[in-house]
Amino acid sequence: MTSTATLHNPLNPMEIKTEENKLKQSSTTERISGSEAIIKCLLAEGVDILYGYPGGAIMPVYDELYKYQDKIHHVLTRHEQGATHSAQGYARISGKVGVCMATSGPGATNLITGIADAQIDSTPMVCITGQVGSHLLGSDAFQETDIVGISTPVTKWNCQITKASQIPEMLAKAFYIAKSGRPGPVLIDITKDAQFEEFDFKYEKCKGVRSYKPVPETDTTSLQAAADLINSAKKPLIVWGQGVILSKAEEEFKAVIEKAGIPSAWTILGASAIPTDHTLNVGMVGMHGNYAPNVLTNECDVLIAIGMRFDDRVTGNLASYAKQAKVIHFEIDPAEIDKNVKTDIAVLGDAKASLKSLLPLLEPNSHNDWHQKFKDLYAIEYDKVIKHDLHPTKEGLTMGEVLKEINIQTKGEAAIVSDVGQHQMIACRYADFKVSKSNITSGGLGTMGFALPAAIGAKMAAPEREVVMIAGDGGYQMTIQELGTIFQQRVPVKIVVLNNEFLGMVRQWQQLFFDKRYASTEMTNPDFITIAKGYHIEAQKVTERKNLKAAIKDMIDCEGPYFLEVRVEKEDNVFPMIPTGASVSDIRLE
Amino acid sequence: MNVESLNTSPSEIEGVSRFTIVVNITESQMKKVIGQIEKQVEVIKAYYHTEEEIIYQESCLFKIKSELLFEERQIQNIIRESNANIVTVNKKFFVLEKSGRKEEIDLLYRELNAFGIMQFTRSGRVAVTKDEMKISTLLKAFQE
Ligand SMILES: Cc1ncc(C[n+]2csc(CCOP(=O)(O)OP(=O)(O)O)c2C)c(N)n1
Ligand SMILES: [Mg+2]
Repeated sequence: MTSTATLHNPLNPMEIKTEENKLKQSSTTERISGSEAIIKCLLAEGVDILYGYPGGAIMPVYDELYKYQDKIHHVLTRHEQGATHSAQGYARISGKVGVCMATSGPGATNLITGIADAQIDSTPMVCITGQVGSHLLGSDAFQETDIVGISTPVTKWNCQITKASQIPEMLAKAFYIAKSGRPGPVLIDITKDAQFEEFDFKYEKCKGVRSYKPVPETDTTSLQAAADLINSAKKPLIVWGQGVILSKAEEEFKAVIEKAGIPSAWTILGASAIPTDHTLNVGMVGMHGNYAPNVLTNECDVLIAIGMRFDDRVTGNLASYAKQAKVIHFEIDPAEIDKNVKTDIAVLGDAKASLKSLLPLLEPNSHNDWHQKFKDLYAIEYDKVIKHDLHPTKEGLTMGEVLKEINIQTKGEAAIVSDVGQHQMIACRYADFKVSKSNITSGGLGTMGFALPAAIGAKMAAPEREVVMIAGDGGYQMTIQELGTIFQQRVPVKIVVLNNEFLGMVRQWQQLFFDKRYASTEMTNPDFITIAKGYHIEAQKVTERKNLKAAIKDMIDCEGPYFLEVRVEKEDNVFPMIPTGASVSDIRLE
Repeated sequence: MNVESLNTSPSEIEGVSRFTIVVNITESQMKKVIGQIEKQVEVIKAYYHTEEEIIYQESCLFKIKSELLFEERQIQNIIRESNANIVTVNKKFFVLEKSGRKEEIDLLYRELNAFGIMQFTRSGRVAVTKDEMKISTLLKAFQE
């Protein structure tokens, strides 16, 4: 090769750093186009990868991406929804802001599902959309859609730019808002004329927005009151959520629970903040969570919620949720206080700072008798559910045993990116997490089709980590076209489809609550292996238990992407289960 | 939740708007609504007040056939008793303006409607609090 273009490594962090510093310090201006300014803003914010799909109204920006391809890597997904989920996966594993881009009209509307997902799961994301020229706005022009209007209820903030000179300030604000406080998605819509227009560019990072307070002040009296209540508790229970991960409070959290000896349970998005096998980790709360923490929620005397929002999938029927307990809520978002569960003590603030200040106020404790209750109930759950999931004696393969084998062969070090359905609940219940930010799943929105593109983003953000995607046969086919992205980018993700030939979770509800009327839940599936091979991805199918171990070994050993289909029992159910409207303590084991 | 009335106008500080929204809900619902409004990045501060905590006015305009003013003596009495003001009179119609509490405007509407109204329109509510509002000092800080 004689080309000199290979001298640049697009993903070399050193190169990006110098570019970032250069831009950060640029106090002088230079005359450039709006679209070039967008790239320079992204570089100044440290963006190395973005996901997107071109089209008419964003073409000037793509032209600049072409010129800057040695500094910023644009990943062409196969659908704009894929771009959003990839950006989410990128953000969830790295803690950085995910970036995606689309054209106006259908490109922009295709982003909406991912934006809503990021909003409800507090994922930092900046979406840039092209818009028709400002002289055409409001005229029903070709591919014009009011994306600012459409995205308002599902973004943390959004705005439309019609003049190039607004670009630096608005993009700086976008990144600041997306990542500060409780993170969330931001959408910036830029008209085509603003992309072409030349102006004097100068970038300054945003340091604050007058009407926006990302982190409320922690008041020391409520912190002391919380500590007093925790110290006096006989049967305290902690339920933590993603807030612990988002505020990078894993160490502080561990120190708090270890000092006070408090059994701690997680919401689906809180998973992996502390290792699964930590002695104080008593499992998942909620609809398909573990038996002990659900039942004992209605027996604890003090319920300590940390960075979680009492979602209805967590609480079951609110009228009978933890009524006997005093509730302490550590929370960054004041709007979450008393939203679903009335708190006795609210400690506003960033979890990391609050937990750090809480630690010295706590008295050491062990709560041995109380812990024993969790162990006793675990034994019941093991006997009725876990044993059959992980060590089945019947012929058909279970989803649980696949997870168990993945745990073993990845030594619990993999990031598990799961889709939505039965396999998701099984993945979250049985994945063995050792490292934080390892459970990447669509919690709040429950977006089928999330996993495959999210796994792409996760693997690209953390190439050193093993990333295993787990999807059902249904959800996999919602974004299956992203196999094209995996092939083109050679992203070595491990793709596992747990195929039960059903929209399993819906079928389970039909079985339990609709007298087995399986309306439109049975799937006639294509040959998944041929499809994967069509994208030149190595693939294998397992139908019998005796082949599972070796197949997973082949998958893990493979250096490139790998597709593994496991035919599992068609009509298995996920238990335990809190039926909708029931109380957490009425959780069913069968 | 239903919005009873909504008034938006510039505040005393340039670039800052004030919204006055009237709703009929419980206090616990209200706290959640305020939380969600305040969470909006562009919102500086959101407060709620009960009716007892504020002095408020609404305003309305009636357009009525001028001949009624002379033919129906009763109308002149109604205007006088209700403290409504005549904004303009011409050969065809006259315009009546009334500011007051919601019930006063409702009453005037009922009374005049008996004679026939050509046009009627009313504003959202504007209000001041009986106690000091912290937003005033907060907004001052913005000006500096
Ligand atoms: C986009 C979207 N559409 C519909 C649903 C409703 N839904 C939840 S789980 C599920 C079934 C998922 O089936 P599959 O992907 O095969 O996973 P399984 O439950 O069989 O493991 C459906 C349809 C959803 N969550 N998301
Ligand atoms: Mg399925």
